[in-house]
Amino acid sequence: MSSSRLPLKFVASNRRVREDRRFVAGQGHYVADVALDGVLHVAMVPSQHPAARIVSIDVSAAMKMPGVHYALTGEELAKATNPLMNGLDTPNVRRFPLAVGQVRYAGEWVVAVAAESRAQAEDAAEKVRIKYEPLPYVIDPEEALDPSSPPVHPEHGSNVLMDKTFVWGDVEKHFAESPRHLSFRVVWGRSSTVPIETFGVVVKWDPWREILDVWASIQMPKYPDQIARALRIPANDVRVHHDVDVGGAFGVKRGIKHTIVAAHLARLLGRPVRLIEDRLDNMRAGDAHGPDRTFDVEIAFNDDGIVKSMKMRALDNAGAYAGRAPFQLGKPIGAIVGPYKIQSVQYRAISVTSNKAAQEAVRGFGQSPTNYAIEAAIDKVAAAVGLDRIEVRRRNFIRSEEFPYLIPSGTRYDSGDYHTVVAKVLAHADYEGLKRERDALRAAGLCAGIGISACLEPSGGNSAFEPLLNEKNKTSTWMDSCRINVDGVGSITATIHTSSSGQGHETLAATVIGEVLGVNPDLIRIVRPDSLNSLPSNAPVGSRMAIMLGGAAFHAANKLKAKMMRLAAHQFGCSEKDVVYEGGVVSHPASKKKLDWAELVNIAHRNFHLLPEGMEPGLEVAHVMQVPTGTKLPENGRVQMYPCHSFEFHLVLLAFDPQVGKPEIKRYVIGHDCGVVINPGIVKGMTIGGIAHGIGAALLEEFVYDSEGQMVAQSFMDYLLPSSHEVPEVEIVHHCTPSPFTVFGQKGAGESGYMGAPAAISGAINDAVASFGISFSKLPIRIAAISDAIAAAQESKAKVQK
Amino acid sequence: MKVKLNVNGQQREVEVEPRKTLLDTLREDFLLVGSHVGCEHGVCGACTVLLDGEPSRSCLMFAVQADGYEITTIEGLAPAPGELSVVQDAFCEMHGLQCGYCTPGMVLTAHALLNHNDTPSREDIVEAISGNICRCTGYGQIVEAVEFAADRLRKANAPKQGVLEAAETNTSHGGRK
Repeated sequence: MSSSRLPLKFVASNRRVREDRRFVAGQGHYVADVALDGVLHVAMVPSQHPAARIVSIDVSAAMKMPGVHYALTGEELAKATNPLMNGLDTPNVRRFPLAVGQVRYAGEWVVAVAAESRAQAEDAAEKVRIKYEPLPYVIDPEEALDPSSPPVHPEHGSNVLMDKTFVWGDVEKHFAESPRHLSFRVVWGRSSTVPIETFGVVVKWDPWREILDVWASIQMPKYPDQIARALRIPANDVRVHHDVDVGGAFGVKRGIKHTIVAAHLARLLGRPVRLIEDRLDNMRAGDAHGPDRTFDVEIAFNDDGIVKSMKMRALDNAGAYAGRAPFQLGKPIGAIVGPYKIQSVQYRAISVTSNKAAQEAVRGFGQSPTNYAIEAAIDKVAAAVGLDRIEVRRRNFIRSEEFPYLIPSGTRYDSGDYHTVVAKVLAHADYEGLKRERDALRAAGLCAGIGISACLEPSGGNSAFEPLLNEKNKTSTWMDSCRINVDGVGSITATIHTSSSGQGHETLAATVIGEVLGVNPDLIRIVRPDSLNSLPSNAPVGSRMAIMLGGAAFHAANKLKAKMMRLAAHQFGCSEKDVVYEGGVVSHPASKKKLDWAELVNIAHRNFHLLPEGMEPGLEVAHVMQVPTGTKLPENGRVQMYPCHSFEFHLVLLAFDPQVGKPEIKRYVIGHDCGVVINPGIVKGMTIGGIAHGIGAALLEEFVYDSEGQMVAQSFMDYLLPSSHEVPEVEIVHHCTPSPFTVFGQKGAGESGYMGAPAAISGAINDAVASFGISFSKLPIRIAAISDAIAAAQESKAKVQK
Repeated sequence: MKVKLNVNGQQREVEVEPRKTLLDTLREDFLLVGSHVGCEHGVCGACTVLLDGEPSRSCLMFAVQADGYEITTIEGLAPAPGELSVVQDAFCEMHGLQCGYCTPGMVLTAHALLNHNDTPSREDIVEAISGNICRCTGYGQIVEAVEFAADRLRKANAPKQGVLEAAETNTSHGGRK
């Protein structure tokens, strides 16, 4: 499939990102900027209880407040709408936008108040009186797993949403054969990507045209379909505007419940309605938390540090509703052995409900937590056999000549050269010098440690985890598309069919089309038609757009090129095979005849009599692209998950005062191989931004719940985001192993950095505290936890000495 | 109540509730929507505007408190429609942004820094932008953009032999096409 062997003109060159111009001028068009006449604003009444029966709701006082138009209850909304989509086959775990009969987490929305201004809606929301009868609740996932725990959804009967065990290969035999075993538990605390723009939606219903216009800060596959299903209206009554700029998404911008509330109110009240989360709404009830996961891992290996088999139990605390949480246990199956030649794996994936807020997709879709567990295992193997951590990784890496490489769970890794990337990083960083620097910091009385991680970023996202985890789901395509039109004057306009949140998709599409057609990409207009004018797309998820939008644009441009060549050959009276396309000019070398761009456009648009038989007039082409390698449904618990696998190798040096415990990252080097890079500036930003997210997940960010079931990290004063002080200067070492499955050899980079940073930082801290005989096994590793653990270790040592 | 505000060099009068923030007033009453709503509790910096040239949180201030200040929003920076300031252009050159949501605050903060200090060290830049949270970039290319802008501004202001060099930089948009 890789057809570009020619030198590239625009792809991989250091070109500006076209979207940046509007953003630096403050001229982005975000959902909160959509100003409609007569719009009503919504504020929510949240539940105060983690679990309670709703006894009664009295909205009479609220309705009398100034500017108030309506107070909507869950019961009323549920009568008019269908429950929100549920990915698993768990029909009794029903989810409505507003609580019906029972609340299931503190903060859950119970009543929506619509008023002339947000301030008036908030004032009125305070006047809604709700009587609750508190119910028993469960916060801890192990407790939730216990059959005697209070079920979050009594109709479902238990808190278990999913409990599946996969065995790939001869695990028991490999364990029996291996001379050494170890086991451990690590915990990934509940954090998220928390964009600076909260989720928001503006909805307008036109009863005369029967059109629901939706502007939203959205990053969700099948969003219009889901709106239509929930509202019980035809999908062609729903028009989602894709030209809304999204202020950061990273997986979580999926406010379907917000959209249904706003849409129902807009239809009921005959006024446009806007529901923009404030920060508290977002943190507490945006249903946008990430994985909350406990890993129990057993490893079978030998004295040389070669890992033969692994057993992993991953228990994820989904929160009150299923959402995408269970599937985030599924995607990592596509890279369950990381970059290593582990021969067999037993994987038990358990998803339980609890009285926490619901999860949503988060950058990497569960892969970063899994990478953290795998890398912790490799560090422990190295310690057990007394070998250098990098050496153990090298011994277990898949070798470059072994690709494409089939892993036990059914995915074939496309390509890679892990040993070379590591060698380049070690040379760049001067690994021996780095170790001396660490030792010098230690000699100066600091705790200092080096952290390492080597991991994969599966990319090109399809949804193969859906049929794998839910047999009733037969999805085997996750297409994306592009349409190109050359107008009668010869200008090129191409389409993308999703909203974007800073990934530079307009730049991507223009660069690829310019490359194929030999036209300056700056001359190509990129537009985003609304959903009724769009071809199928599955949104920028799963690190897929360089592969899927880039691929669709490539194929569409080639169709256009082919049409122009056929058109020209017909004029020359020769075969299409004998003409040459270059930079928009088609020539016939034998006769030295030539037709330039303007002439070809003119014929296509004005001279039907000159067209070859059967050719449609105009110059319009489209391509809907299937995910490369995505050909089959799962068989025997095995499936080809994503097509491409980018590799990253992190090397971190950090240090801290043992009494303070505040880690300072002294050096951060990452080796990154995502194949052919289409825009270097974009990929660099993704990688460093991903590392920043990883630093947050490793050291700072957590949605903490107390024993009363209340979330206590509700603001940015408690939920800490990395600032420019916490993110160090990052040195990136590039390597390029093209993917054989993509049009330019590109792989995904949208989740890079985040895939391995938490593992590397955790490893560095554990290296720094190893001399105290302690280690940390739960993320985030907070400053206080570090200094407390060191103090406790010193105290117990002092006691022993006494 | 009535309040007179000097926004981007223009005197504007508006009737606001006393509880209305400067941010909401800029966005809703003046339709200057380049100032963004992030956290509304003074941590993220997406709402940053300049008051008499100093970065300030417009979410932590009532509109009535802004009377008497020269307020600069992101809309006040571009020299002409479609034309970028040196700092804005530097953010484009280095791709010091992704989703653009924190960008107006970052750009204004960078302008304020470079007004005081045309030779900022990396530490100066990191300190200056540390009150503006960016979730996309990890700050690397933002720091590079501010360094690049400082360099251009220095060259633009350099006397004698520096002039030619500066003119070249200003017209060529740096190294990228």
